Amino acid sequence: MSIDPVAAILVIPLVAAAILAVLPGYRVGAGLNMVASLAALLFALTLLWERPATGPYLLVDDLNIVFVLLNCFIGFTTSTFSASYIGHELQIGRLKPIHLRFYHAMFQLMLFGMNLALLANNIGLMWVAVELATLTTVMMVGLYRTAEALEAAWKYFILGSVGIALALFGTILVYLAARPVVGEGLDAMIWTNLLKSAPYFDPSLLNIAFIFLLLGYGTKVGLAPLHAWLPDAHAEGPTPISAVLSGLLLNVALYALLRFKVLLAANPHAIAPGPLMIGLGLLSLIFAGFMLYRRRDIKRLFAYSSIEHMGIIVFAFGMAGPLGNFAGLLQMTMHSLTKSAIFFSVGHITQVKGTQSIDGIGGLTESHPLLGWALVAGVVAIIGLPPFGVFTSEFLVVSSTFARQPVLAVLLVGGLLLAFGALLLRVTDVAFGPIKGPVGPVHATYVPMFAHFALVLMAGVWLPPALVAWFQHVAALLG
Amino acid sequence: MPWVDAHGLSFDIAHSLAGLLVLVSFMMLYQDRLTALLHVLGLHAFVLALSVAWQAHIQAAPHLYITAGIALAFKALLIPYALRRMVFQMGLHREIETVGGIGLTMLAGIALVALSLEVMLPVTEHTDPVAREDIALALSVVLIGLLMMVTRRNAISQVVGFMSLENGINLAATGARGMPLVVEISVAFSILIAFIVVGVFLFRIRERFDTVDVSALDRSRGGQT
Repeated sequence: MSIDPVAAILVIPLVAAAILAVLPGYRVGAGLNMVASLAALLFALTLLWERPATGPYLLVDDLNIVFVLLNCFIGFTTSTFSASYIGHELQIGRLKPIHLRFYHAMFQLMLFGMNLALLANNIGLMWVAVELATLTTVMMVGLYRTAEALEAAWKYFILGSVGIALALFGTILVYLAARPVVGEGLDAMIWTNLLKSAPYFDPSLLNIAFIFLLLGYGTKVGLAPLHAWLPDAHAEGPTPISAVLSGLLLNVALYALLRFKVLLAANPHAIAPGPLMIGLGLLSLIFAGFMLYRRRDIKRLFAYSSIEHMGIIVFAFGMAGPLGNFAGLLQMTMHSLTKSAIFFSVGHITQVKGTQSIDGIGGLTESHPLLGWALVAGVVAIIGLPPFGVFTSEFLVVSSTFARQPVLAVLLVGGLLLAFGALLLRVTDVAFGPIKGPVGPVHATYVPMFAHFALVLMAGVWLPPALVAWFQHVAALLG
Repeated sequence: MPWVDAHGLSFDIAHSLAGLLVLVSFMMLYQDRLTALLHVLGLHAFVLALSVAWQAHIQAAPHLYITAGIALAFKALLIPYALRRMVFQMGLHREIETVGGIGLTMLAGIALVALSLEVMLPVTEHTDPVAREDIALALSVVLIGLLMMVTRRNAISQVVGFMSLENGINLAATGARGMPLVVEISVAFSILIAFIVVGVFLFRIRERFDTVDVSALDRSRGGQT
């Protein structure tokens, strides 16, 4: 093939963003949004067969292909969901056509930023890309211009900026640690070079750098106690953005963290990154588990569930080892698919009911059987019940932890059960009991939602051996 | 280029400028009027510009002059001026409150400087001496910026805190000799700050909420909704 897939994955969203910014008419815009996302996804798929050479700026390896594919896939399904969601918002007058032009352009720009962060081989470039993705999502969170949306955007902006600033400080320290070994200039920021020479870096400098990076990118992962922006941003922005925030942006920050964790693990004298990640992961899990009980807003509820899951994922990567990393990767993939599908269904529900308050929604399985049961299925999946894929990955996390650190496993299971109870309680409020709120029909497509659920179900029943082999290989790379 | 020896004049000047930046950070902590705070912010960016220009000179790295120029034009002049206009338009040129009192904040600031010296000096023993102390001082500036963002409740003072934090990072980035992408990163940061400032202005936080006190924005906390 003559077109470089990596260039295509980056250029397509960028060009699409430029066109969408000037294109009048929301139908055309939504259509182009879908087409561009699909094209990026197709090019991402070709990466499975042919892999471009590693350059000083861009890199494709087994680790980031997983993230890029997930990113492009959920980007595409979300653009499909967004097309119908946005049409409804326009009808009820919550958004104006000019907002949509802005929204679509920002959506593609965000995909560009995330893809760039995932493909970057240069830790400075990665930082700039994460900043770009953050900025675009900030603007989309504030899209509705209500007092609450602006507050959410402001909070996200300030906390995100502080996180990003700390991450940059960490990046500078990594450069300082690398410079005596790798030499001055660009070479000392290229990740593949850093990995080769990591064993000779000054370990104490690398330790401090990792703490800054963990706090900085950890803010963007949504780890407690730096999570304060996350529930607001999820609750007040348009629902497609909640879906990509939970499904993708948290992963991108996590990916950045993993890259640095690999560096640290390669240095025999540096601190083990595991205990720090395990601590923050458990804290997020248990904290979110308790917070879930008091939520009265359905989007906020699932936002806290994302904090909980990021906690589990960071915990799994902190436990490390082939099994821990494998479980972390699987959990991350499953969470992304499930949580974005849940947000799709929540988007339909809040549009029908005209409210996000759990008290205003009831009896969904009677009034909208398909939607109601889909939400129930989503919650069953996300709390880790069989036959869905999250069960497989959570089972792996728990069993591997029991084998190595029984005390941590008890805490982990405690946190999981907390969240389990809370989500089950809330979903019964919403899905069963007397019908509350309007019962109008849903004018939207369920295809993206069911596509995600089908994948999650399939992963729970039968994981393709090729995928298992791939994840095992990546898990070994992560150390 | 002959590398600067550890006790030469250029070494001392680099450190004096970095130390001056920490001092100006402290000056920010006790400003209780927004307009005065903005003046100090301008001074902060001006000192940063001097420091970066000096680094450009001793490292013979002409591209750093761009970063210095951005700091001077954008952060020392344009942003404080824009914020000042905003403050007057919103009628905010009156006292601002701090949480915990000025004395306590200053003590916390001193503790943070001690902490960053304590943390950074031992671990940077093997790097070159200019970077070594610059990084320690830069971390102090970053931490004081964070302290300011935590203690102030006013949206504009939080922006000022963030800008001082960002100045500290610029100091660290330029002190790390030969670091690539410094100019690009300082441009990226300037864009970020411009967005914040435009955001405060466009979203008319005062108009919407009748205050720029962010504690008044905490209406829709999760528990109550």
